[in-house]
Amino acid sequence: MKNEINAGSMADIAFLLLIFFLVTTTILEDKGILVRLPPWSEEEPDIAKLKERNVYSILVNAQNQLLVRGEPKDIKSLREDTKMFIANPQRREDLSEAPNKAIVSLKNDRGTKYETYLEVYNEVQAAYNELRDEEARRKHNKPYTNLTREQRAAIRAKFPLILSEAEPTSFGEES
Amino acid sequence: MSKFQKKRGKSQPEVSTASLPDIIFMLLFFFMVVTVLRDAELKVQVNTPEATELTKLEKKSLVNYLYIGKPTPKWQELYGTKPLLQLGDSFKKVRDIPLFIEQHRVQVPEIQRPGITSSLRVDGDVTMGIISDVKTELRKAGQLKINYSAKPRPE
Repeated sequence: MKNEINAGSMADIAFLLLIFFLVTTTILEDKGILVRLPPWSEEEPDIAKLKERNVYSILVNAQNQLLVRGEPKDIKSLREDTKMFIANPQRREDLSEAPNKAIVSLKNDRGTKYETYLEVYNEVQAAYNELRDEEARRKHNKPYTNLTREQRAAIRAKFPLILSEAEPTSFGEES
Repeated sequence: MSKFQKKRGKSQPEVSTASLPDIIFMLLFFFMVVTVLRDAELKVQVNTPEATELTKLEKKSLVNYLYIGKPTPKWQELYGTKPLLQLGDSFKKVRDIPLFIEQHRVQVPEIQRPGITSSLRVDGDVTMGIISDVKTELRKAGQLKINYSAKPRPE
């Protein structure tokens, strides 16, 4: 008569541990702001040819301060200001002619903090996303994310995000 | 009935399941070792900034990662405290990027290559100098789809 301890449940315990590890170690989920860079060319794009009223220039210096169309500005008001510029609901003479003609020009210093740069980028992206969403609700009565591909493409064509990034200046100190 | 009775009388030995736990444990250890290793190899400190307009990266096999940040304390003696670029599991120069991109590209089936994304995992305190250099190099290498990795901003 053998008197063994039943080891059959050991496998179940090990399985449980294995499944626990499989579930908890999701190899870090990655989220971020998706950007398409312009193809490389030797010469700088010339934005001087464009009409001044269509260009929304944002300069960020090495002290992380913003200069928007020649005026110092706080980052908190950037989103609303950008939306105003793109949509131009009052048809003002100094803002963009039409949303698809608006160009955002972003220039920073080599000493600008990445955090600030990304925040500016995020605000510009957010301005466009909000405008597209508003347009979607007005036209189709649905949020932008619930539209079909074609409807989204049509709205994107109306509010295209055209962002031109200039070669950074190098006044500030790099860390 | 008598047939069954006879069989029970003979009593064949059972297949031993004692080794099953060992096999599962082996699997478990394999997973533990493989998944932990990937994270531990970061040689730079990366604390990505917060943002709201986030897109999720779908296919992991189509993403390559570029890390930029200060070396971790362990590596500061050797490499100093200036922000550095890490590709794969070692510190690299900016001019090594095209090779890194190409090495990843050849592993991807040709039809999926236009979808390759470079994820820039950059510390928030890094200045734009090195990032501009990296961006220029990526553009020269023809890798135009990039992702500025960020954390969702808590409301």
